[in-house]
Amino acid sequence: MSESGIGAPVRRTEDQRFVTGNGRYTDDINVAHQTYASFVLSPHAHAKIKSIDTKAAAAAPGVVAVFTGQDVADAGIGGLICGWTIHNKDGSPMQAGGHPALALDRVRYVGDHVAMVIAETLAQARAAAELVAVDYDILDSVVVTGKAKDKDAPQIHDEAPGNSVYDWAIGDKDAVDAAFKAADHVTSLDLVNNRLVPNPMEPRAAIGDFDPGTGGYTLHTTSQNPHVARLIMSAFLGLAPEHKLRVIAPDVGGGFGSKIFVYAEETLCVWAAGKIARPIKWTSSRADAFLNDAHGRDHETMAELALDKDGKMLAMRVKTVANLGAYLSTFSSAVPTYLYATLLSGQYNLPSIYCEVDAVYTNTAPVDAYRGAGRPEACYVVERLVETAARELNLDPIELRRRNFIAEFPHETPVIMTYDTGDFGASLDKALELGDYADFGKRKAASESGGKLRGIGFSTYIEACGIAPSAAVGSLGAGVGLWESAEVRVNPTGNVEVLTGSHSHGQGHETTFAQFTAARLGIPMDQVSVVHGDTDKVQFGMGTYGSRSGAVGMSAISKAVDKVIAKATKVAAHLLEASEGDIEFENGSFSVKGTDKSLAFGEVSLAAYVAHNMPEGVEPGLKEGAFYDPANFTFPAGCHICEVEIDPETGTTEIASWVAVDDFGTIINPMIVEGQVHGGIAQGVGQALTEGAVYDADTGQLLTGSFMDYCMPRADDLPSFTLGFTETVCPSNPIGVKGCGEAGAIAAPAAVINAVTDALNIKDIAMPASPATVWQAIQSSTKQAAE
Amino acid sequence: MPTVSMTVNGKSVSGEVPANTLLVEFLRETLGLTGTHVGCDTSQCGACVVHVDGKAAKSCTRLAVQCEGAEVATIEGLANGADLHPMQEAFRENHGLQCGFCTPGMIMAAVDIANRHGGKVDEETIRHELDGNICRCTGYHNIVTAIAAGAAAMGK
Repeated sequence: MSESGIGAPVRRTEDQRFVTGNGRYTDDINVAHQTYASFVLSPHAHAKIKSIDTKAAAAAPGVVAVFTGQDVADAGIGGLICGWTIHNKDGSPMQAGGHPALALDRVRYVGDHVAMVIAETLAQARAAAELVAVDYDILDSVVVTGKAKDKDAPQIHDEAPGNSVYDWAIGDKDAVDAAFKAADHVTSLDLVNNRLVPNPMEPRAAIGDFDPGTGGYTLHTTSQNPHVARLIMSAFLGLAPEHKLRVIAPDVGGGFGSKIFVYAEETLCVWAAGKIARPIKWTSSRADAFLNDAHGRDHETMAELALDKDGKMLAMRVKTVANLGAYLSTFSSAVPTYLYATLLSGQYNLPSIYCEVDAVYTNTAPVDAYRGAGRPEACYVVERLVETAARELNLDPIELRRRNFIAEFPHETPVIMTYDTGDFGASLDKALELGDYADFGKRKAASESGGKLRGIGFSTYIEACGIAPSAAVGSLGAGVGLWESAEVRVNPTGNVEVLTGSHSHGQGHETTFAQFTAARLGIPMDQVSVVHGDTDKVQFGMGTYGSRSGAVGMSAISKAVDKVIAKATKVAAHLLEASEGDIEFENGSFSVKGTDKSLAFGEVSLAAYVAHNMPEGVEPGLKEGAFYDPANFTFPAGCHICEVEIDPETGTTEIASWVAVDDFGTIINPMIVEGQVHGGIAQGVGQALTEGAVYDADTGQLLTGSFMDYCMPRADDLPSFTLGFTETVCPSNPIGVKGCGEAGAIAAPAAVINAVTDALNIKDIAMPASPATVWQAIQSSTKQAAE
Repeated sequence: MPTVSMTVNGKSVSGEVPANTLLVEFLRETLGLTGTHVGCDTSQCGACVVHVDGKAAKSCTRLAVQCEGAEVATIEGLANGADLHPMQEAFRENHGLQCGFCTPGMIMAAVDIANRHGGKVDEETIRHELDGNICRCTGYHNIVTAIAAGAAAMGK
């Protein structure tokens, strides 16, 4: 392996600009003559808008324009859309209410957009927004997931009676019911998957610009998928035709799902820029990000696992209520269905599974994909059930897992997934070794002698990544295909630009994709640059989410590289006066087998562009594009082991150690992959121990609306992690990669809560298991023991 | 509007700004030094950390006029020409950043940690000292490694 070859921990190309302060994020960009937007947000969870008086705001110093929902509706601009239609059990499509970018007659959550104020300075825009007088008729609200369908709950959308978005099911109910009847043991858990706020460190931002000369619009925005944003804005909102709308997502400071979606603000910046014929800049405050960035998770679940007397799993039955908030965000409907219930088989041979999901509207921020998106919720259900079942059956949780691991591939689960490959025993074994499981008893005794409670928790997770085969998702209701595109442009002098439809917002694509391409072409890595995030430069692409950029995006690059090599081989054969079959391409050199005749890659590319001497019928130039549509999902899997030490006096949980062994298939850059795992674990630990979005049940106000109230994990909340890898090469893509972006966030919550409940010797505890929650649990279990 | 003058990255600068202009706004909007970021509005995240008179400070939490006559250092002034500062190099070498948004504040805070604790600063101290900086990408593992390496390199 060379220093920059596939598998080498190459240092990142993009870091030079980031460590020197030369990153270029949306808010760093200013456009000549720009104005500033501020939005008037609903202070109420649910209210009728009786009237909006904008006169004072419009007359305020520096104000350029004030727009309300009526102005947007009058302009014929469509509402924000949900791109995935889920069907009810009876086959009818889901009940979706409208989502105007600016509210028309009703607001449905605290933060709902009511008016847009545009002024010469940000201070003037904000001051004038305070002058917009909205007369509200306050209505009852409901924010609690499990109460949305109560008879006395207020109706949020006329189109969705009983606040039901859909009632959906998957699996064979009769088979599951029969298996439960015959079971020797049933483990049951009522689980809440707590609502989270994604909180990438860069708040969302947008600059809309209109060029009256060309009639074209430009939007700089914090997007994970600029082409999809353009498609939605063009085809569904009618802002501008696609060829007249350029969307640029420059450096983006983290996304974690929350920057996939098309939101009101950037939409309105584009539309209003046309109205006032000036650029409009908007940057979210963190407070507004808490209110309006799509939240994640928020499930209430009843889960049951049926086993026989030997601990063999027979069936699983799950009933989940999923809170989708006040409006359906871009991909929200798919998250608690096809990204969730399809993973309920975990790593186990489960003959039958039945899962019902009721999705509901509530008076809260929209809920959509957040790192893991459905799969952390599934892993939490499966791994909490398995660990609890082991305790109830007095079996080692390792042993119960081993008895039920899937060992033969491909394996078709009862919930429509076909696992292509894996070795679950291998990752478990390696994790036990790295974590020194054999000596856990000694460590527990040492903790106890120091007055602490020590627990261990396992999470043997699986996820479906590499999203996704277009025909498959189309048959399930997706409005788009989920292939990816690439173009490999070889310049005459032999350096290369790789244009990808994937988008990097921290994942290091500029390094990984260059590393991969350079290795394939046998040229130095600094001869390759990666271009992404600009619809005027890059061919249409689907963007980055669902751990898809390696498996799908890089596979498209691989295909394009194949085509480049094929054409260059033809040109080289012609120049070397050899037959194409006699040409070997290795280490950046085309040579004639068995001779010393050869041409460097750069010589061939120059010849292809000079084109004085091309083979018959071959066009000049060396540039190839490819679209790659995956044949299957990919299935990263592994084992995470968490040890906690709890102080019973304070209820404080310390993560004493963390071992993760993941199987991501082929790894291009292990340094970057390890970083992805670290970050995922941190977000999973955050969910388990510190984070939780809380709305006041009476007023619908977001109580956790700042970093002072919503506890983001900090450096001293986390340990250093011990990582290992096993490898089963993914058979369904040309590189063998599975994806690594979400694994940590998927595996971690179950591992932590399994460890905490082990330490406290209790069946369950709510997330986040904050010191107060843990302390209360200790008090109740002590009290119960005394009685 | 008051005029404010200070030294930023070794250069004398001055500007006429509203009295309520924050230091971070002065740096980003008036001087165009956009390396210093704003990640929250409650002084919690530390993306805006710069040095004021040699000490780490959150530039979102002081007014530009409070820095009259001060020596301010931002991420843009840390490298010596093409040579990265040892802490910048340590972040790059140890993959101590992903999206890069918290990074300027992290590095400025890290240099301050190294200045105060020296080259042998331990992991526990680093984690404790990072109390005022949030990173959402890295899980801090590589940031902690980077700061230890950067502090050691600065000590040489």
